[in-house]
Amino acid sequence: METNTTHIIVCIKQVPDTADVKINPETNTLIREGVQSMINPFDMYAIEEALRLKEKLGGTTTAITMGPPQAESALREAVAMGIDEAVLVSDRAFAGSDTLATSYTLASAIKKLNPFTIILCGKQASDGDTAQVGPGISTHLDIPQVTYVRKIDSIQGPKAVVERMTEEGFDIVETPLPCLLTVVKEINEPRLPSLKGKMRAKSVKIRLLNAAGLDCEEERLGLKGSPTQVVKIFSPERRKGGEIFQGLTEDACGKIADIIQSYMP
Amino acid sequence: MSLHIHNEKCVGCSLCVKACPFGALVMNDKKAQVKVEMCTLCGACVEACKFQALTIKREKVAPADTSAKNVWVFCEQKRGTVQSVSYELLGKGRELADKLGCELCGLLLGHDIKDKAQDIITRGADTVYVVDHPHLKNFADDAYTSVLIRLIKKHKPEIILCGATSIGRSLISRVAVKIHTGLTADCTGLDIDPHKKILLQTRPAFGGNIMATIITPHHRPQMATVRHKVMKEASCDTLRSGRVVIEEFDEDVYASRTKILDIIEEVTSTVNIAEADVIVSGGRGMRGAENFKLLEDLAQVLNGAVGSSRAAVDSGWMPYSHQVGQTGKTVCPKIYIACGISGQIQHLVGMQSSDMIIAVNNDPSAPIFQVATVGIVGDVFEVVPMLTKMLKDKLNK
Repeated sequence: METNTTHIIVCIKQVPDTADVKINPETNTLIREGVQSMINPFDMYAIEEALRLKEKLGGTTTAITMGPPQAESALREAVAMGIDEAVLVSDRAFAGSDTLATSYTLASAIKKLNPFTIILCGKQASDGDTAQVGPGISTHLDIPQVTYVRKIDSIQGPKAVVERMTEEGFDIVETPLPCLLTVVKEINEPRLPSLKGKMRAKSVKIRLLNAAGLDCEEERLGLKGSPTQVVKIFSPERRKGGEIFQGLTEDACGKIADIIQSYMP
Repeated sequence: MSLHIHNEKCVGCSLCVKACPFGALVMNDKKAQVKVEMCTLCGACVEACKFQALTIKREKVAPADTSAKNVWVFCEQKRGTVQSVSYELLGKGRELADKLGCELCGLLLGHDIKDKAQDIITRGADTVYVVDHPHLKNFADDAYTSVLIRLIKKHKPEIILCGATSIGRSLISRVAVKIHTGLTADCTGLDIDPHKKILLQTRPAFGGNIMATIITPHHRPQMATVRHKVMKEASCDTLRSGRVVIEEFDEDVYASRTKILDIIEEVTSTVNIAEADVIVSGGRGMRGAENFKLLEDLAQVLNGAVGSSRAAVDSGWMPYSHQVGQTGKTVCPKIYIACGISGQIQHLVGMQSSDMIIAVNNDPSAPIFQVATVGIVGDVFEVVPMLTKMLKDKLNK
């Protein structure tokens, strides 16, 4: 690389469109037919932020994902939006990874890439909803983290100042670089892929990293490296629609007011 | 570790294919076949097979550390106040500790907070470990992580529970990785397996469309973050006594690479939606920012907070911190009043575990009515003010 060594890495995940995921009430299993794959919605904000940082600071951007071979399409989507490089971390040995094994694998893969300035992740993935892999990666890499970032105020020299969302508002946090940030929706509005990007996405060479290509301990990968086990999957109790009043009547409003009153904590 | 299919026993009935929650089994030439990359060894197929044609071979793993004891609850504090989610965890933690026949311990990190330890005892803890240091006044990823790891290594707990708050999820994820154990996020149900004496952690996945029960069989501590507002707060017993243990560490343990420059509180309508017992939420049907005043009035009467659908946030009518749903917050109030919200799945996943849902919408076919406990098909601009007035009269009496 030339003089500008700013390197932003974005970790993304291909997820099923959760709106489509249902359980078959008879067999109690996931219905997979017709479920579309997409980039985890939160990762779109991470991709956009990486592009904005590059526009400001120069340098390069890399998207990395761990998943089955078909996760490649998520990487191509990221390239279509403007990401420079794409890395697919894929191996049968990674199958069945929980958040500990996943973050270990991704951290091991990131060590194989060029030195980075910032790693960006979505705050959580929409399928697992754990929000654990981002902090896991920063811990494995022993770098500082700031989670739930809603704004990057400044990046100057070896430091960044960011805003971290809290339940009550936000904290302004200063962190040394390199660091890992997980971002929330409020941070930006993701762009649409450009025509040029789409063309590039078709031809871009995706770098493949498999288990043998990582300096890692085999017993920390996949199922073996995963302390948690899923023992049961079931449908949540379905809510049933209740009484619906048609049209505004004092009577209907009065009944609802009574119900609310009786339910007040 | 792998799943074995004994072809000689397989009759091709495909019960296992139907039972597999992960789509990892297929029928090939009238025999079951496993797609290794999708199999999580959950064992559903083994149970479903009537012919013992499937077995799971698990490699011998080192058994869990049997010296690990006690249930710990990380008691989150902000500005010196113990957060209510901690009391919910103490309630559940007490139940788990009683089932295991062990102690319930609270962890309290902060500055000038020693006097709060007694609160935690009155809520059911036997022991409270207090770490008091200026650097712990506000949450800092590094310092809090280092302190927790020191405490865990010293006392070896069996279970650690923590609120699935923004602080909890950031902190505990790091701790679990550092000590190399399992962590289950955002649980809505916790229990002890009566035979194996291990923690059963139940949580929603895929946006609440499915529930999964997860265990950490061979690693200690077993760690979980728990969704706010799901568990009941422990009741307060002022006569309870317990032990307060002050822990101190070398100065470098409290060091942090990140630094908080400022803390800004910006919740507009008094209560934050994660804490509120009543939420009055508005969507596209509110037609403009100015009309949210109607919802604020109703919320005020009910001592609640104002929420919003994504549509209303995207239109700039409400700040993002009020957004309920997949890309916003998941809330679980006692009463959720959805006004002018159609009820897209992305919104429903954020609020469908509310105790009671009341829907007001002028479209009778809006999906929100399918989850509503009660609903009224009508104009929000007429219904909401009338409700506000009626409730004001009722509740002031």
